[in-house]
Amino acid sequence: MSVRRLASEQPASFAFTPENLTWAEKQVTKFPEGKQASAVISILWRVQEQEGWVSEPSIRWVGEFLDMPYIRVLEVATFYTMFLLAPVGRKAHIQVCGTTPCMIRGAGKLIELCRERIHAEPLHPSADGMLSWEEVECLGACVNAPMAQIVPDTYEDLTVETLGKLIDDLEAGRPIKPGPQIDRHHSAPVGGFRALTTPELYDGSMVGQGAGLQAAREAIAARAAAAEEAARAAAGESNQAKQAAPAADAAKKE
Amino acid sequence: MAKIIVDGIEVDVPPDYTLLQAAEAAGAEVPRFCFHERLSIAGNCRMCLVEVKGGPPKPTASCAMNVRDLRPGPNGEPPVMLTNSPMVKKAREGVMEFLLINHPLDCPICDQGGECDLQDQAMAYGVDKNRFAENKRAVEDKYIGPLVKTVMNRCIHCTRCVRFTTEVAGISELGLIGRGEDAEITTYLEKALSSELQGNVIDLCPVGALTSKPFAFTARPWELNKTESIDVMDAVGSNIRVDVRGREVMRVLPRLNEAVNEEWISDKTRFIWDGLRTQRLDRPYLRVDGRLKAVSWGEAFAAIAAKVSSTSGSKIGAIAGDLAAVEEMYALKALIGALGSANLDARQDRAALDPSLGRASYLFNPTIAGIEQADAILIVGANPRKEASVLNARIRKRWRAGGVKIGVIGEAVDLTYPHDYLGAGPETLAEIAAGKGAFGEILANAKRPIVIVGQGALAREDGKAVLATAAAIAAAPGRDEGWNGLAVLHNAASRVGALDIGFVPAAGGLDTAGMIDAAGQGALDVLFLLGADEIDTTRLGSAFVVYIGTHGDAGAHRADVILPAAAYTEKSGTYVNTEGRVQVAHRAGFPPGDAREDWAILRALSDVVGHRLPFDSLGELRKALYATHPHLAAVDTIRPGDIADVAALASAGGQLGKAAFVNPIHDFYLTNPIARASATMAECSALAAGQIAAAAE
Repeated sequence: MSVRRLASEQPASFAFTPENLTWAEKQVTKFPEGKQASAVISILWRVQEQEGWVSEPSIRWVGEFLDMPYIRVLEVATFYTMFLLAPVGRKAHIQVCGTTPCMIRGAGKLIELCRERIHAEPLHPSADGMLSWEEVECLGACVNAPMAQIVPDTYEDLTVETLGKLIDDLEAGRPIKPGPQIDRHHSAPVGGFRALTTPELYDGSMVGQGAGLQAAREAIAARAAAAEEAARAAAGESNQAKQAAPAADAAKKE
Repeated sequence: MAKIIVDGIEVDVPPDYTLLQAAEAAGAEVPRFCFHERLSIAGNCRMCLVEVKGGPPKPTASCAMNVRDLRPGPNGEPPVMLTNSPMVKKAREGVMEFLLINHPLDCPICDQGGECDLQDQAMAYGVDKNRFAENKRAVEDKYIGPLVKTVMNRCIHCTRCVRFTTEVAGISELGLIGRGEDAEITTYLEKALSSELQGNVIDLCPVGALTSKPFAFTARPWELNKTESIDVMDAVGSNIRVDVRGREVMRVLPRLNEAVNEEWISDKTRFIWDGLRTQRLDRPYLRVDGRLKAVSWGEAFAAIAAKVSSTSGSKIGAIAGDLAAVEEMYALKALIGALGSANLDARQDRAALDPSLGRASYLFNPTIAGIEQADAILIVGANPRKEASVLNARIRKRWRAGGVKIGVIGEAVDLTYPHDYLGAGPETLAEIAAGKGAFGEILANAKRPIVIVGQGALAREDGKAVLATAAAIAAAPGRDEGWNGLAVLHNAASRVGALDIGFVPAAGGLDTAGMIDAAGQGALDVLFLLGADEIDTTRLGSAFVVYIGTHGDAGAHRADVILPAAAYTEKSGTYVNTEGRVQVAHRAGFPPGDAREDWAILRALSDVVGHRLPFDSLGELRKALYATHPHLAAVDTIRPGDIADVAALASAGGQLGKAAFVNPIHDFYLTNPIARASATMAECSALAAGQIAAAAE
C-alpha cells in the first residue's frame, strides 16, 4: 500500500450516464430515509465502471447526490484500494495477485512481464495508454494461482506465456477468455477429474438396487481385480522376454 | 447498578458505564488518547487496555466495553478488572512502542511540549530504546485555516478532532483519509475550517499535531502565569484561563464549567489576545484645536471638570459599552446621578429591554444547561452560531440527543443542526403564538419549550411587542411546573449586569437613541462613553465626548477627552452572563502605560468634578454594590427571574411591525473594539467573507 492521493490532473466535471443515474437512484431507495450515504461504495464503484477511475469532480458529485460531506466520500474513496484515484489503461487494468500462494506459483515472473510489456511502474498507463497493471493482495483464487484480474473477470493458472498471449490479445483487440488459461474446468483438478470417476455412479445402473453403494464397491473391486490380473499377466510376458534376451546374446557370442 | 472490582476495590456503578468510567469511579487512572468524555467512542488508540476477568481473556480497551458486558465469576462474584497488572503494563508498553514508532522525537521544538499527553504517558509506559530500524513515515502538513497549525508527522490518529468537528461543532469538514500507516487527517482539498469553535481541536489534540497558529513558538506552558477568568466576547460568559508572560497575554484557554461552556470556547474568545496589544490607549488624550494631544491625567481631568461644571445635569449623559464590568457601570451610574443627570443607558443597540419589568424579562431564563431539557426550541431574530457559539453547541447537543424540534424565525442561516425555517418576520411569530401551523402546534403542546429571542428581534420599533409575544408563547398554559421558557439571548457581556444595576434612563432621562439625537441637536453637551463603540459616533454633533476605554476605536476617534482604561484581562470585574449567572473576571496582567482600572478612573474623576464617590477601593465599591444588589455577591449562581413577570410581560401586548428580523451579528470575528484590533480576527473575517462569497457563486 502507499499513500493514496487524488490525481494531479482532474477532469472539469463528472456526470452519470442516464442509465447509471437511474441505477444510482434505485440504489439509494434500498436504504432507510436519511441513510442514503450507505450507498456510497456501490455508487463510487459504478463511477469507476463508467469512467475507469474515481476523479475529484466525481467525488463531489457523489457527495451532493447522497447529501453527505465531500470529506466523507473522500475518506471512503481513499480507504478502499479498489477505487483507482488516477486514470489507468483504457482497454484493461491488469491486477496481478502477488500474495503468497500466487507468489509461490510464479506471480513474480508475471509482474516482471508486466513491467516489460506495459510499464516499469504499477498504476502507470502504457505508452499508448491502453494498458496498465498493479500488484494486488489476494483475490481469493488461490487454487488457480497464479492469477490476475481484469475487472470484472479473473484470468487464472497463468504462465508468462499465457499472460503474454493475454496482453497480445488485449492489444490486438481480440476477445479473451476469462477463467483458467489451461485445460481446466474452473478449480477442478488439472488434467481432469481424479475422484468419483466410476461410470456406474453416473450411468444409472445402480439406481433402484437398494444396496447401491455395496454394489458399486463390488463392481469397483471386480474391475480393480481384473486390472491387477491383466497387469500380472503383462508382467509375466515381459519377464519371459527378459529371460529370452540373454539367451539370444549368448547365442550371438557363440 | 452493577458491581465490579477494580484493583481490589469493589464499586457500584451504572451498568452502562464503560470500564474506563468504572475505573475512574474506583479512583484508578487509565491512560487514554482517543477517548474523550464529550465525544463518541472510537476505541482506536488502545492505550486504555486493562485486564478483565469475566470477559475476553485478552487485554480489553476499557473505553469501549461496558460494565454490563462482563460476566460474574463462577460463584456469582462481581467481575474483576485490573488496571495495573503486569499484563496491562506490558500491553500498554506495546501500544506506546507502536505509537512512538512513527512519532517524531521533536519535543524540543514542539509547542505541545510540557502539556502533551503522549509525552506524559511515555514517561509512564515508554521504553527507552527503539527497536524500529526502518524508515519513519513522513506526512505532509495540511492547511486547515489561519487558527490551527498542523504538524502531521506527530499525529497518532486518535480522530478526536474529526469527532469534535463533526459532532460538537457540526461541520463535517475534517476527515481521516487513507488507511493504516498511510492514514492522514485533512479537510477536503485542504480548505480552511469554517467553524467558530475550531480552536477547541487544539486542546483536544493529545499530541502536537494540531497547535495554535497565532501562539506558535511564542512561549512554553511552564513559563506562563495562569489566571482563571471570564470571557467577555459574548454574553455566554465562558470560563477561561488567561496565560500571561510579563504583562502580555500570550493565550487564552477554556476552563471547565458544565453549566456554561462545558469545556469549549469560541475562536473569538481563544484568539482575541493579539488585539489586547494593538491600538491600545495607554495615556490620556485631550482634543486641542481639533487634534488629540497626549496629556497628563490631571490635565485631562481638569478639562472634563471645566466642561462639566459649566453644564447643567440634564445636559450630561452616559452610555456604557459591551465589555464594561458591573463595578465601573455602578461607579459611572453613581457619578452621573451625582451630577444630576438621568441620562444613562447601556443598551447601545436600543434593545427593548426594561429592568423594571422584572429580571425574568431580560434573562435567558431556562439557563444554558437547561437547553438540554427542552422539548421544543424557537429561535427568533438571532443566529446563536455567531452570537453565542458555545451556546449554539449546546443546542446542537440537545438536537443530537433527539426528540426536539427547532424552529427559526428571522434570517435563514446555517445553525449546524437541522431546523424548520418558519418565516422572516413578526407576522410569522404572531402565527406561531396563535398555535397555527405545524410548529405552532408543537410549541403549544410542548412541556418545556424555549423561546430564544435575539437582539435582532428586540432592537427595533416593535421590540416590546415582539418580547411580549415571545413571553406569551413561553408562558402559555400546559408548561411544566417551574419551567420558564423565555430566553433572551444577549450579545454583550455587560448587558445583563447593566440591566441588573439599572443602568438605564432614570425617570425623565434619555436613552441611547435620545442621547445621540440630543447630542446631534446640541441639547446634550457632555457625553461619557464607557467603552461604547457600537453607536453612531458621527451623529454626536458638537457634544463634549469623554471616552473611557481601551482601544482606539470609533469612540476614541470622536472623543474630546480619552481616559485610558483596563481591558477585561487587566482588571477584576463582575460580569453577569445572558442566563443571569454572576461571574468574576480576575486580573491576569496590568494595563499598559498610564491606563488604569475603570472604576478607579471614575473615582478619581468624581473627586475632581466635586462629587466624590463614597469608595476608595474596589472592596469598598463592591460592598456598596452588594448592599444595593445582593444577588451580585453570589458568584457563580443565578438568581432566577420570577415566572409571574413573564406572564405579566405576555399580557403587555403591543403592535407587531412588518419588517423582517435582521440578525445583529453578521461578522462573528469583528464584534468589539478588541476584536477589531486583532490581526488574527481580521484574517478570519476576511477568510469567512471569502467563503461566503464562494458559497454564493
